[in-house]
Parts: sequence; C-alpha cells; structure tokens
Amino acid sequence: MISKPPVSAEASPDSGRHADNEASQEPLLIATDLRRYFSLPDGLFRKSSRKVKAVDGVNLTIGAGETLGLVGESGCGKSTLGRMLVRLDEPTAGDVIFEGQNISMLSEGELKPVRRRIQMVFQNPFSSLNPRKTIGETICEPLIVHGVGDARSRQARAMELLDIVGLRREHYNRYPHQFSGGQRQRIGIARAFALEPKLIVCDEPVSALDVSIQSQILNLIEDLQRAFGVSYLFISHDLRVVEHVSDRVAVMYLGRIVEEAPTAILYRSPRHPYTQALLAAVPVPDPSVEQTDIVLEGGVPNPIDPPQGCHFHPRCPLAVDRCRIEMPPLFESNGHKVRCWINGPGMHEA
Amino acid sequence: MILGPKMNSASPATPVLLSDEDVLQVEDLKAHLHVGNAVVRAVDGVSFTISRGETLCIVGESGCGKSMTALAIMGLLPKPAGRIVGGRVMLQGVGDLAQRTPRQMREIRGQSVSMVFQEPMTSLNPVFRIGWQIEEAIRVHERIPQAQARERVIAMLDLVGIPSPHERYKAYPHQLSGGMRQRVMIAIALACRPKLMLADEPTTALDVTIQAQILRLMNRLKAETGASLLLITHDLGVVARMAKRVCVMYAGVIVEEADVGAIFATPLHPYTQGLLDSIPSARAGGERRRLHTVPGLVPNLAKLPQGCRFADRCPHVYGRCREEEPPLSQPTVGPLAGSAQKVRCWLHLDHRQ
Repeated sequence: MISKPPVSAEASPDSGRHADNEASQEPLLIATDLRRYFSLPDGLFRKSSRKVKAVDGVNLTIGAGETLGLVGESGCGKSTLGRMLVRLDEPTAGDVIFEGQNISMLSEGELKPVRRRIQMVFQNPFSSLNPRKTIGETICEPLIVHGVGDARSRQARAMELLDIVGLRREHYNRYPHQFSGGQRQRIGIARAFALEPKLIVCDEPVSALDVSIQSQILNLIEDLQRAFGVSYLFISHDLRVVEHVSDRVAVMYLGRIVEEAPTAILYRSPRHPYTQALLAAVPVPDPSVEQTDIVLEGGVPNPIDPPQGCHFHPRCPLAVDRCRIEMPPLFESNGHKVRCWINGPGMHEA
Repeated sequence: MILGPKMNSASPATPVLLSDEDVLQVEDLKAHLHVGNAVVRAVDGVSFTISRGETLCIVGESGCGKSMTALAIMGLLPKPAGRIVGGRVMLQGVGDLAQRTPRQMREIRGQSVSMVFQEPMTSLNPVFRIGWQIEEAIRVHERIPQAQARERVIAMLDLVGIPSPHERYKAYPHQLSGGMRQRVMIAIALACRPKLMLADEPTTALDVTIQAQILRLMNRLKAETGASLLLITHDLGVVARMAKRVCVMYAGVIVEEADVGAIFATPLHPYTQGLLDSIPSARAGGERRRLHTVPGLVPNLAKLPQGCRFADRCPHVYGRCREEEPPLSQPTVGPLAGSAQKVRCWLHLDHRQ
C-alpha cells in the first residue's frame, strides 16, 4: 500500500485523491450562490409572497474525478441542489459553471449537448425505469436522444455497458420487473454511463437497497470512477455510506451548507455543532463502543419560516445571543469551511 | 432443551406454561403465505425466548421473514394468504397465541402485547385527533370514565416526551412531525402497560437525529415499565445500541442466535459475517477499501433449495451443505465449540467435514 501524506496537510479546498496530478486544472463544476425558492399558495387563487427557500445561497465546486458527498436530513435541500446541477430544476438565482460554461441560463436546446456530460442516478430503482421498455431500450435511449451511432452500434454499446455494470448480455431483452432492486440500480447506472458523462449526480443511489446489495453497488460506483475518471455528486442521508465513497463532504441544514471539509477531517474533527450531533447520532455497529450522544432537542424547523440568525440556533447547545440575530458566514481555513459563530472564528471569513 | 417436558404435556388451553422469567416463548413457528398455487414459507420453523425486561433483536434483510414473524405473533398475518401452519407462541399469563381466534386476539392485542410499525405516517388515522386515538386503545380494554381516560392519555403523551401534552391532545396526525407521530404510536402501544412490545423497524423512516431520540425513549420506557422488547431491524448499528440478544434471520429461519457482544465479536455463520463485513466504513489513510459483498440473491421462499438455504451464496460451501439442512445448535467443532452461541451451519456442527 502506498502511504499518502495526512490529508490535513493538503491545502486546496478541492484537493481529493487526484490533487497530485490535476491540481492545476480548473474544477469541473463551480456553483455560486445557487438559490431555489418555491412560492406557496396563500389561498385558493392568490399567489403568495411566502416562500420556501429550499436552497439558499450555496457555493460548491467539484473537481475532475472527485466525489463530493452531500449529506443532510430530509428537507434540507440536498436533492433540490442536485437536481439544479443537472438542470432538472431551474435555479431561482445563481450560476452553475460546468467545464467553463455557464449552464444556468441556457435554453433547453442549448442545454442538450451539456446533458450528455452530466447524468443522474436516482434513488428508487423501481420507479426510475420504464416498466414497458426492455433493459436494452432503456440503456439505448440516451444514445437515441443524442443521435449517437446507428441501431447496430447502439446495441453493441448497450451490451458493453451490461458487461461493465455486471449484468449479463441475455438481460438485454428483459423487462424491469424481472430484476431485483440491486440489479435495477445497475441498469440505472448503465443508462447514466451510456453517454460517457463527466459528472454523475447520484441521489441516494443505495438507500432503497439491503446492506449486502448496497455494498455491491457502492463497489461498482467506485470501480467505474476508477475506470472512467468520472466525478460524482453523491447525495445521501447515510453518513457511513458518504464517508466511504467521498473525497470531500458538505453538510446541509435548511438550505445552506453549514460545514464542508475533506472526508477524513470532517469525520475526525467536525466543527459545526450540527455535524457533531449528526455524527454522534449514527448508531455504531459495535456494542463495545459506549456512544456519547449529543441529543438534539426537537426537529428541523419549518423551512417556510426559518429561525432568524443561524438557522440551527434553536437546537444548538452552544448558541449565544449573536447566533439568534445574525447568520454566520462560512468561515474557512485549509479547505475546512464552517458556518458557525462559536466554532468558526479563528478561521478567516470565506 | 427446546422442548422441555412441561411444554410437551401442556394443552394449548393451559394459561401459564413459561417460567416466571420468560415473557414470550416462540416454538417452531411456521407461517406460510398461499399465493396462487405456490406456498411461500415466510416463517419456516422459528424458535426464541424473550425474558422479562429483555430486548431481543431480530435482524435480517428484506424478505427474510422478520416482519412476518412479528405479524404471526400478533395474529395480524395478511388475510387470506397468510396462516400459521405450525408451532406455538406462548405468552406469559395468556397461553398459546397461535390457537386464539381473531376475536380473542383483539382482546389480547394492546392489553398484553402491542406493536409499533415502521411508518408513523400511515399507522395513525388521519381523521381523528391523536388524543382520541390513544384513548381508544385504553377504552377498548378497560371500562373507565372518559375524564380518567383523558388524564391517562395526557400522562402518556408526557411520558413519551411530547411537549405541551394538553394542547397536543387535540392535534391531528398531519400536524405532527414524523418523530412526534412515532412517539404517539409508542404511547398507544404502551397505553395499557403490556408485558411485551414488538417494534418493526420503528426508526427506519426517521432522520438520524430523530432516530437517536426515539431509541433513547424506548430504552427509557423499557426501564420504567419493565416491558420486554422485540425489536426488528435491518440496521446493525441499531442492534448494537439496543439489543441484549440477537437473532439473525435468513430465508425464513434463524441462522444464528447469540448475545449482542458475541454476534459482533465472533460471528459464526457465514451470512452474519458477510452482513457485518458489508457495512461501509471509513477509508484508512485515504485509501479506498473495497467493501465486502455477499454475492448472489436471497433464494425464492416458494422454491427453497435442498440443504442449507445459504449454500448458493456461501464462500465455504461443501458437500453436506447441499444435501441436508443444518439445525440451529451450539457449535461442536472449531474454537468456539461448546459456547452458548447457536448457529445453523455445518462448519461448526459437522465432525466429518
């Protein structure tokens, strides 16, 4: 085994495993001040001024060949963020720069070539495949949409993809209901890889699967990255899974990123009280470990009417007056970003 | 050892058969589902005992029969497909639940044994106030004046940690968060102080910080009420945190049974070992460790292979495994021979291998 320098010594925020050879390159994707507001109906006919700020000013970068993990509890905006990066959802404001091109303002037509480069794998392997299409048709569909090759070469490509994701070639003419959840997720992954994308947004790709199947899919996702150099945005609520696959991890709470750091640093020395509580709450599969709980009182506040100041202060054990009034900025030092008045300072403002 | 003399001589009608320490004894329970012409052997000879105040975890993957075991105990198997076809479910002070009529089971459920389900969104009735739903659970079993019932409900809401119980008494389920709804379900389950509570994946639908609150609550209530808990889960982290003893289920049978420490320290069954190794863990020094996988799929419960049910996926399979199903028994060969851990695997039971 090659011993690597400790991660804490690495300086750049997007330093992952590929930092050594690709440090000079531009990040593959840069999102700046991304926002998505949903307006709520006030009465039966009036459109309201009330808004849910599902994503509220998020900046992130994803390097080539890197995996960025995005964690948070239900309703924190992580899926909305992922959908905006593939433009399944229109951002209310903000820019997404992908391979040097601002894609947030492109029309559908202009977007089409970009879509070849960004693909998505969905959570539910039961609803994300068309039950009336054969596996072959499903995998060939992106090739047809983008006019790649002729019927024969597309079929050859689909066969090749079946090999790559660990399915058999005779599965080509079968239908989704003939497959198990894990196999269906392999089909979804084959479809996402059909156009040789640069970035794949994986939204909870293993959450619907059993542990023993989950590990097969995680291995596949990692093998494909090694083989094709693709980048991932890996969205999950499962902190153990995210720790396993990610180079860097961002933690979201009520539409904002509250902490971001290289994986080992975030898990070893989390600084935001929310991250600390989240990590402490994960049950450790080892009965000899005496778990120290930081029990958070209450649940996530209503996103229609988030608390003033730091969104986390009503549940925070460290909250002081300033937290109740003023939203902390994202403080940064050595690629470790923390949105907290108490544990942030000492770092300089991002 | 499983069939003691007192168990053999007892007729199903005799009420008390267990030792004072045991709350529930399940004995060779078989529950099958009749689907079309096929018979799905969902629970295929399961035996375990839960003693007073103990937490027993049943862990396994989807389709292993863990939920069906709980539903069979409760007399809630899906009708008309599901049916108990053999075995006994002896509940302290009640007798054999497998012999009870649906009407009798309705008396027993909630009173002596109760259950919390996975989905707090669907297991509460959306058109009734939560206070009324807890009160109903009490008034089905006890004839008490409404005012008194209402007082008990408010005490229950307080007990399960719902803030301002007087106001929340009047709330509808949609006005509560998922975690709060699960607290209401637990209040309903414990309203009549049953001896045994079954919980089927009670925290699977909840966020991790809320899960921590509910697990902590269940442990506290268990200590306060002295109830025993049968917890069904797929999450080995939850098992490590909650269980005293663990049964690992695979394809309708228990394949390993041991104290929680032994399951994690010295798992004997190849399936248990595979499950534990599959848990994603941190990368050491930034290096990615490939996850262990259990190859293949769970066998079809309507067409089980001969011999051991895990044989097709087992890395250690040998001749006898495909011929004869091993019993669940204490290991007789290997370094752990004679330990109290029970395993259904020839590797630990067969001297001739």
